[in-house]
Amino acid sequence: MKVTDGYPEYMMKSIKLVEEKREKNMSQPVKPMSMKAREEALSKHHPDYMKGTKRKLKVGRDKGMLLYNGIVDLLEAKPVLDPKDVDLSKIDYDVDLLIIGGGGAGTVAALFAYESGVSKDKILIVTKLRHGDANSMMAQGGIQAADRPEDNPTLHYLDIFGGGHFTNKPELARALALDAPGIISWHEELGIMYDRQEDGEFQELSGGGTCRNRMHSAKDYTGMELMRNIRDKARNLEIPTLEFCPVAELLMDDKGQVAGGIAFNLETFEYYVIRAKATILATGGSGRLHLANYPTTNHYGATGDGLIMAYHAGANLIDLDTIQIHPTGDAYPEPLVGILSTEKIRGLGAIPLNKNGDPFVFPLEPRDVESAMFIQECKQGRGIVTPTGMPGIWLDSPMIDIIHGEGTIETKLAGEVRKFKRFGIDMAKHPILVYPTLHYQNGGVEINEKTETKIPGLFAAGEISGGVHGKNRLMGNSLLDFNVFGRRSGIYAAKYVKKAKIGKLTLNHLDKYNKMLKQASIKPAKSAPIILPEYRGEMAISRALDIF
Amino acid sequence: MTKKEQILIEKPDLKKAEDIEKKAGTVEVFIMGKSYKVPAGLTIMKALEYAGYRYIRGCGCRAGFCGACSTIYRKEDEQKLGFDLACQKVVEDKMYLVQLPFVPAAKAEYDIDKLEATESTIFDIYPEIARCVSCNTCTKSCPQDIEVMKYIQRAVRGEIAKCAEISFDCIQCGLCAMRCPADIKHYHVSQLARRLRGKYLDIKSKNLAKRLKEVESRKFDSEIEKLIKMDNKEILELYKNRKIEAEEKGPGGD
Repeated sequence: MKVTDGYPEYMMKSIKLVEEKREKNMSQPVKPMSMKAREEALSKHHPDYMKGTKRKLKVGRDKGMLLYNGIVDLLEAKPVLDPKDVDLSKIDYDVDLLIIGGGGAGTVAALFAYESGVSKDKILIVTKLRHGDANSMMAQGGIQAADRPEDNPTLHYLDIFGGGHFTNKPELARALALDAPGIISWHEELGIMYDRQEDGEFQELSGGGTCRNRMHSAKDYTGMELMRNIRDKARNLEIPTLEFCPVAELLMDDKGQVAGGIAFNLETFEYYVIRAKATILATGGSGRLHLANYPTTNHYGATGDGLIMAYHAGANLIDLDTIQIHPTGDAYPEPLVGILSTEKIRGLGAIPLNKNGDPFVFPLEPRDVESAMFIQECKQGRGIVTPTGMPGIWLDSPMIDIIHGEGTIETKLAGEVRKFKRFGIDMAKHPILVYPTLHYQNGGVEINEKTETKIPGLFAAGEISGGVHGKNRLMGNSLLDFNVFGRRSGIYAAKYVKKAKIGKLTLNHLDKYNKMLKQASIKPAKSAPIILPEYRGEMAISRALDIF
Repeated sequence: MTKKEQILIEKPDLKKAEDIEKKAGTVEVFIMGKSYKVPAGLTIMKALEYAGYRYIRGCGCRAGFCGACSTIYRKEDEQKLGFDLACQKVVEDKMYLVQLPFVPAAKAEYDIDKLEATESTIFDIYPEIARCVSCNTCTKSCPQDIEVMKYIQRAVRGEIAKCAEISFDCIQCGLCAMRCPADIKHYHVSQLARRLRGKYLDIKSKNLAKRLKEVESRKFDSEIEKLIKMDNKEILELYKNRKIEAEEKGPGGD
């Protein structure tokens, strides 16, 4: 197969059409869709609305709820921990505040709990991988905050609520919009290097479903710049952090409160009993469950553990009947399939095109709608099929330099340029090929404005929580989410800690859950949470022995 | 039931695996010295998994942002060591591979609020930067192609803003620090530079300060309350008819 500039010949032919029509495509933009057209696209082509992707849960508090099959499989699995294996009389860590998850939400929570008076040796962050290995680190495009004079938090609220199909919990959407300017101000104090104009004002772009340009960015490494700063502050304060020690199940007391968790050392296989007056669940998302068989943009540890352990403890779930597929996952070359190309590429002006070089959708519809339109275009035979059989849509990145001047792509999308360059593709010169990929867990464990779950002692923040974004999240609202609700969880958990009294520790809730599984006539073949995904080669697994 | 038994419930599709190998062809890699055949075209990370490794350390975002999977490799018949990220680099035939599970570089502790951004700030906290012998090994080992030595030189000269700018794409994998003959912790040095610049040198947004005051004086509370109380039809109308800046002015930004 002859490859020129990273693309095989037949793809290059399609690129020729893209180039020929570029000028015309830039001068005649496609209009946004009507609400009716949006609904139609979603109902026909989005996995949330398609048959066979979901089923009703048969066990626990939310029995009867319709959820994605991959999540139901785990909720109907046996709790991974057998209470008989754990000695609760010996406490390994006795703290005021246990934070499960060392990503964005967990780290922000720790900083604000500390500021709210919890002493640092009474805080413990436990995390599955390294501190900062999280989807937070990977977010590229930006963070929303309505701070320009042309904009205001009311408009931001309207965008959040409309983007979520009017299903968000209003008080959470309000908190997200109103806390946003304060968060950016806190970031200025931390020393986060946002992209600014010469006068110090932020360079702000639009994102899918936003009515004003309010996307603050740090090149296309926004999440990384946020996460490494916040983590640096936590490290300077020496907030105790246990790495490679995921919590496998929550710990409760005889009063029905959450009272910490059982951590599992991935390297020595020991468990640790952690007693805590308050526990913040900040375990992140679940892309690595590959719901509806989509590839994912998520980090290695995003296996939805928090959902499972919170449900075992009796917390309730919402909006898990939807997943966010991001329209612009990479479709080519093969090693990049599923990895994200940031929405900022469209924010800067690149237009999605079919194999004939024709536009077919407004580039900045909300993510679910944009994805559905991409899928439709490919289903109807106007996508480009890669040598490995993956369909895709062109994203005409060279338009960016034409709009904003040569060199813009290089400086504003440094990470993207670097990624494609490894495979011989120059995105300033040629378009890139994209297809929807599993990106975000819209729903999760239900919280209120104080980040409280329905179980006393258990708080939740970040991607694990549900209600903030309703059935669909907008770009730039997840970095905001982990800051806004991470902060709130730290503050409210610190308040809670002052009054909390822990009773006798127990793991009875797991026995109870096993009983419920039995009563529902479920014979679990698996156990959950799964902690890490399984990607070993099939040949190797089929010959593996269990003798060591 | 063990984890391994669980996995075997979902029967591995060996036929599919064979097809992949046939279609792509295979290459030989040496994982920590041991030979394995893997399909061509896989990243180092996927090749290790294909061979039967299950990652605990050495695997994070799988997309080039987190620096967990820094890899050192050498090709047979070559003296030179190569440096890259396992999730980004595609395997080549006869590659010897090893990953860094952890980087034991010391990080200074400081309170950013108590520092000033002067010519000597970085030097005072990380005095070892003066020991740089300009060998450029750090730059050569950077998987992000950052001019690492150049930003260290800027730090030595007290040019905080420039050091921050050059180092911005750093993913903190630590390969630079592991290779440095002068024991400089480049990635910690540049973290400090970026925070100093962001906090003290970049001009702050006036719009933000103004908006913050408005939020604190609860200027938008009643407006949002009104939206919350609206029935679905009313708010749908409002949403549908809102003006979209990107549509009117074209793509936003500078």
